[in-house]
Amino acid sequence: MALEIEIEKKFPDFTLQVAFTAENALVGILGASGAGKTMTLRTVAGLDSPARGRIVLDGRVLFDSAAGIDLPSRARRVSLLFQHYALFPHLTVERNIAFGLRHLPGVTPQERSRRTAEQIAAMHLSGLERRFPGRLSGGQQQRVALARALAPQPAALLLDEPFSALDTHLRSQLERQLRGTLATYAGVTLLVSHNLEEIYRLCPQLVVLDKGQVIAHGSREEIFRHPPNRATARLTGCKNFSRARALDQGHRHGALGASTLIEALDWGCALRVAQDIPRPPAHVAIRAHHIRVEAPPVKTPPVALPPIERPPVGVSSIEFPPGEVPLGEAPPVGASSAAIDENTFPCWVADSSEAPFRVTLFLRLHAPPANAADYHLQVEIAREHWTALKAHPLPWQVQLDPGRLFLLPD
Amino acid sequence: MPFDFSPLWISLETALTATALTVVLGLAAAGWRSGRRSRLWELFDGVLLLPLVLPPTVVGFFLLVMFGRTGLLGRVLWRVGLTVVFSWPATVIAATVVAFPLMYLTARGALELIDPSMLEAARTLGAAEWEVFAFVTLPLAWPGILAGAVLSFARALGEFGATLMLAGNIPGRTETIPVAIFFAIEAGDTRQALAWSALVFAISIAVLLALGAWTRYQRAYLVRGQARHEAANEIPANDMGVE
Repeated sequence: MALEIEIEKKFPDFTLQVAFTAENALVGILGASGAGKTMTLRTVAGLDSPARGRIVLDGRVLFDSAAGIDLPSRARRVSLLFQHYALFPHLTVERNIAFGLRHLPGVTPQERSRRTAEQIAAMHLSGLERRFPGRLSGGQQQRVALARALAPQPAALLLDEPFSALDTHLRSQLERQLRGTLATYAGVTLLVSHNLEEIYRLCPQLVVLDKGQVIAHGSREEIFRHPPNRATARLTGCKNFSRARALDQGHRHGALGASTLIEALDWGCALRVAQDIPRPPAHVAIRAHHIRVEAPPVKTPPVALPPIERPPVGVSSIEFPPGEVPLGEAPPVGASSAAIDENTFPCWVADSSEAPFRVTLFLRLHAPPANAADYHLQVEIAREHWTALKAHPLPWQVQLDPGRLFLLPD
Repeated sequence: MPFDFSPLWISLETALTATALTVVLGLAAAGWRSGRRSRLWELFDGVLLLPLVLPPTVVGFFLLVMFGRTGLLGRVLWRVGLTVVFSWPATVIAATVVAFPLMYLTARGALELIDPSMLEAARTLGAAEWEVFAFVTLPLAWPGILAGAVLSFARALGEFGATLMLAGNIPGRTETIPVAIFFAIEAGDTRQALAWSALVFAISIAVLLALGAWTRYQRAYLVRGQARHEAANEIPANDMGVE
């Protein structure tokens, strides 16, 4: 089971140019709105035609501009779950689900009702068979739409922002249900979303789109750990960027292994980064929840710095996905304190924004901020940590872990 | 003198035939037009809607010129042995041309209201274009189509000017109710004019009542998503009027 896509289509404001192969696994397409995610799905479903390219599903050519092949939607065996589900309002739940079976060759009426009943049972829709979509809740509508899409056993299932039309409290439950349903589905699945937590939880493989171009493609862990470029880093939720210049390179530095000393131009400091780079870096970046903020120790003799492997009080690693930190490795434990010391700076709070369980701090390095917009770093910490920190006078200390900093070539 | 009912039958036959024609033609034109966004098509709309704004006598005059023995269409028909002018088909042609814009406008409105993703969903589920039209477009546009059909019927039933120009007034052949009323008044027979007027009035009220009841029923089951029998039970028998 594989879906090969290589398409090109011009639009007034951008050119969609997408090429990737989706094997068995659930592939997530991540991108900002207007990046071409939905258009990509639509070309696979045959609802829009690319100007050039080739789409091959399990060896069947669905579209090939060179060979003049453009199968109509109905012959593609590709189901699309629309963002707002597009259920037929004049048909009952049962007849909505059976709609795709009516057009399958060789499906007898008995087979049709058997498969409809099967979907109704699998999607927990029993008792709603005779209802019209207008009388269903959002979650039920989504399940009917999914049942309708899966009933004809399509070779590929395309999900366009499947949770965007739902209330927040419904999402996590439906997301788990969807994951369960998709686990039993044998075809290729593409899921489009701009919600990174959702797409991370559901899709082992990711394609990142920006302005119609594929800017990253690979396993979710790899893409979140080492974004290949700035746009990917930003789309995967990274908030802190600084222009960077290499000072030295390829040093063996104690237990850190390969590391690079760089100058972060926008942050006005030199940083050690636990990363060996083949190309000169253009930017250095760090995620908001990977930055540690501490009140400075009372005495500050250079040798008496607190050990680094303290329990992760100040490290709130809950941005994505909760309980499943994308960076598999723990921060380099036992790194020489000198190396860490290098990346520690005094900081002042320029602004803060409080969520129920997390607080985002906007920190100014080296000197007090002039105003709320004068900040270098955006840091996310747990609310308890924030409460404890507030008792201490400014400046605090911010520490940019060399293992968490990453360099970007663009 | 026994009352001659022939204008009633001619009127009903004409109006029903013309309505059937306008529904088919209006739907076809609206379906063909939908999805074409170019400015040029607005000119096309203008031509189709012309009979709505022109005086019926002007429409009738154009039709007479077209279907007359020396007209563009009349000459062709003459050659195959058909004369349209002053025949029953002329009443149908006049009524159809005059009623068509109403059907076209309402059908277009109804088709444009359909969420395109419904049609796309049907396509991805394996439906061919005619199936999409028959099983999705038509049921969803049905309230609008019916409203257009009723308007067309009313317009066709009341058609006078163009009919008189193209079909004339031949009792028993082309004399419809409106024409009969006119000539009754002209002949000073007020009672006959009154009788025909009352009949047209009754037909119009009946059609409106039927439309009102049907719309109510349709709204109940489409918008609130209730099953048909639930919706039907909700309409009290004594409350079938039109607001």
